Amino acid sequence: MNDATAVETNKIYDKGIEEGAAKLTPERIQDVYRQMMSAEAGARLKTYVETCVSCGLCSEACHFYLSYDKDPRFAPAGKVRQTMAKLMKKKGKVSVDFMKKASEIASTECNLCKRCAQYCPFGLDVAFVMLFVRRLCHKLGISPQYIQDTAHSHSATCNQMWVKEDEWIDSLQWQEEEAQEEIENLRIPVEKEGADIFYSVIGPEPKFRAQLIYQAAVIFNAAGLNWTMPATPGWDNSDMAMYTGDNEIMARIKRRHFETAMRLKVKRVVMGECGHAFRSIYDMGNRALGWRMPPVEVTHSIEFFYELLRDGKIKIPEKFKPTVTIHDPCNVIRGRGLHDMLRYVVHAICENVVEMHPNREHNFCCSAGGGVINCGPPWKMKRVNGNKVKAKQLFEAKGRGAKTCVAPCHNCHGGLEDIIHHNEIGMDLKFLGDIIYEVMEKPERV
Amino acid sequence: MDMSNSWNWNTGKKIIAEFGKWEDSFDWVEEPYVSPDGEKIAAVVKTGEMEFGVCVNGSAWENKFDKIWYPRFAPDGRLTAIVSDTGAWTLAIDGEAWEETFDYIWDTRFTPDGKTIVCTAQQGMQYLLVKNGVPWGEATYANIGHSAISPDGSRLAAVVQTEDFSEGDIFKFQEGCYSVAVNGHPWEHNFVNAWEISFSANNQHVASEVRLSLYDYTIAVDGQTWKRFYPSVWKPLFSPKDNTVTAPVKTPGGWTLACDGNPLWSNTYAQLWQHFYSPDGERIAAIAAPKFGRWTIAIDDRPWSATFGDFVDEALFSPDGQRVACVGVENKKHQIVVDGQTWAGSYDMAFQPVFSPDSQHVAARVEQDGQFLILVDGTPLKETFTRVWDPVFSPDGRHILVRALEGRGADMVYTRTVLPLTEILG
Repeated sequence: MNDATAVETNKIYDKGIEEGAAKLTPERIQDVYRQMMSAEAGARLKTYVETCVSCGLCSEACHFYLSYDKDPRFAPAGKVRQTMAKLMKKKGKVSVDFMKKASEIASTECNLCKRCAQYCPFGLDVAFVMLFVRRLCHKLGISPQYIQDTAHSHSATCNQMWVKEDEWIDSLQWQEEEAQEEIENLRIPVEKEGADIFYSVIGPEPKFRAQLIYQAAVIFNAAGLNWTMPATPGWDNSDMAMYTGDNEIMARIKRRHFETAMRLKVKRVVMGECGHAFRSIYDMGNRALGWRMPPVEVTHSIEFFYELLRDGKIKIPEKFKPTVTIHDPCNVIRGRGLHDMLRYVVHAICENVVEMHPNREHNFCCSAGGGVINCGPPWKMKRVNGNKVKAKQLFEAKGRGAKTCVAPCHNCHGGLEDIIHHNEIGMDLKFLGDIIYEVMEKPERV
Repeated sequence: MDMSNSWNWNTGKKIIAEFGKWEDSFDWVEEPYVSPDGEKIAAVVKTGEMEFGVCVNGSAWENKFDKIWYPRFAPDGRLTAIVSDTGAWTLAIDGEAWEETFDYIWDTRFTPDGKTIVCTAQQGMQYLLVKNGVPWGEATYANIGHSAISPDGSRLAAVVQTEDFSEGDIFKFQEGCYSVAVNGHPWEHNFVNAWEISFSANNQHVASEVRLSLYDYTIAVDGQTWKRFYPSVWKPLFSPKDNTVTAPVKTPGGWTLACDGNPLWSNTYAQLWQHFYSPDGERIAAIAAPKFGRWTIAIDDRPWSATFGDFVDEALFSPDGQRVACVGVENKKHQIVVDGQTWAGSYDMAFQPVFSPDSQHVAARVEQDGQFLILVDGTPLKETFTRVWDPVFSPDGRHILVRALEGRGADMVYTRTVLPLTEILG
């Protein structure tokens, strides 16, 4: 890392970390560390931390390391060394300043993208270790302010964006009315017991990206599907509590989500284009509650659109013309293996596609994932500068004609938008739903 | 509350409405709802440009509205729907709107006798509950949720936001900005969070799950917290017998059931929730995961041996408190389970089983390949249906009421059928 960057990142003030740390003592840190090591740290953590031989193969996998001039502090193994390894070596006897830095490293320098785990000869999962550090920081009350606020929103409203119950329902009815101006009698069926599909979205959709609900409604109606959305909390599948390490709130909101699906008696949950929410409902949240797999089948939008196109449920009379490139969201590609389905969908709706490299399960993260973008404005430039690798990929794709980047994930959109803007790449960003809505055959009335 | 004594229990099938033909009369017909006694079928219909009504047995309400949603029958058979007239929202009952209107209204709830109808409302970006068209008092709040009604309808409760805070003000939030309001009046203490609420059977007491800090969860009863705190808790319930309060709580060894802050059950579980009492309060059952990934019912801390990998849901005691039924799901196939024994069939979907008043029989509706069936003691009715609602046993337990849509498209009819149990069970 060059000096300028070091100075810049050291100046970052985060109220959540600083004011939380002001209440901490080394004794308290050691107490909480001991409790956590005895109650929650199993052999898995010990193995991950102690097996590392510092071979360095993970370093080249990390966009932070590559983007910050191969500074070893940003290498995955380096992040473990600076945090959990030292905590374990010192048995929790560390300073408050140490924990402040540990919070910063775990929450703002690791996207939990698991790319490094693919290249580790032992398969050590640094994301697991960083999540453990985040949970320790949660227990110590030193999580970054913005993501902590989001976890509070989850706890109080069961959604990510402090959306009140009436605002949610009103958003659905508003989008239904808007869509009816285009397609007569189009419905967004609310609280329809026995529908085949519960369409679940994340908090930002009603708050900032309501057009995505509109577009989804058009797609569902055109495909003639029996679907519904709930009028109750439980509609939001997102989960920043998972990323602050507040596992109890993570579990609580996932229970509400799945019990909403069970109450509506749907056959499956189809979720919007979000990666971290998929991780929460397909892996972490469900398992925190005791479900080995999601109790109700979960289908990510990539897979859902793949089904619709494969089965001819929606027709594409003319494909999207501008050349597109594809960003692979970590949680649904490395986490679920949807890369081939994603390409099937993109090629089915777009005329010209150029690939970024590396891609598919070897993709580079957008640098927003893992809750990093949710740490908010204080950390924005550190995050954006921490992904020059992605900027380079996008520039290269642009050089081969790409005018649009398709990214089927909300956080990826946020992260890529910042990268594109900051680096003046000049590229549009679209969800799959944006393009499908644009090019599909739409009925005049339902 | 069982009001089925006054219903028509004469055996035979009656076509109530030619539901499939409603689309000839209306541009838009939504999914139907049926009355508890099966005599009425209703759906929201579009009656003109930006004009909606509710069609009941083929005739639309006289009053029309800009928007209608959430049609629901009250237990006493009255039909409610949330309606909007020039942007003002209220509840209409059998077509007549409450006089009071609000900026928004939702979450219609009923007491078991149907006499009390409660909605949540927003007026001027402030929130309140509304009972039978009347606000619960002067008090309004910045946010509201988790509403509950006492069994007799005399008292209402909800989680309310009692302190203002800005988004991002995490430390103010952590001081506690939420409480439980009963009939509009908040408890003395604030909490970081409060969630689900229960009333005692005598309507006098209220309990809620609360979080005292980011880490300490417990139960508050009438505003006073248990002395013991936990890493997590689920919804509390009052014993119908003695008003003690029980709740699933997380302990270092796993989930267990606590009573008034003390351990009640000795086993711990990978998960334990949705506990429920027998009507006499003598027994407690809960949905439990004896180990990670396997689900069952535990009754008085004794889990059934039958377990399910997906989930267990829709559990209930029989009226005499001696039996328990539920839905168990394994590999997406739903099964009815009674007293730990799984019925033979497995289905795409199963709904909550129903006990006969004498607790001797169990009926349930299930769905398979898009067709609905009624099962009685595991035996399916010969007929299948396009759609069917929960079966209802007659007060003497000798008959069963089947409310069903039959046929397809324009030929679809809604039928009400009363069958002797002997016809099904032989």
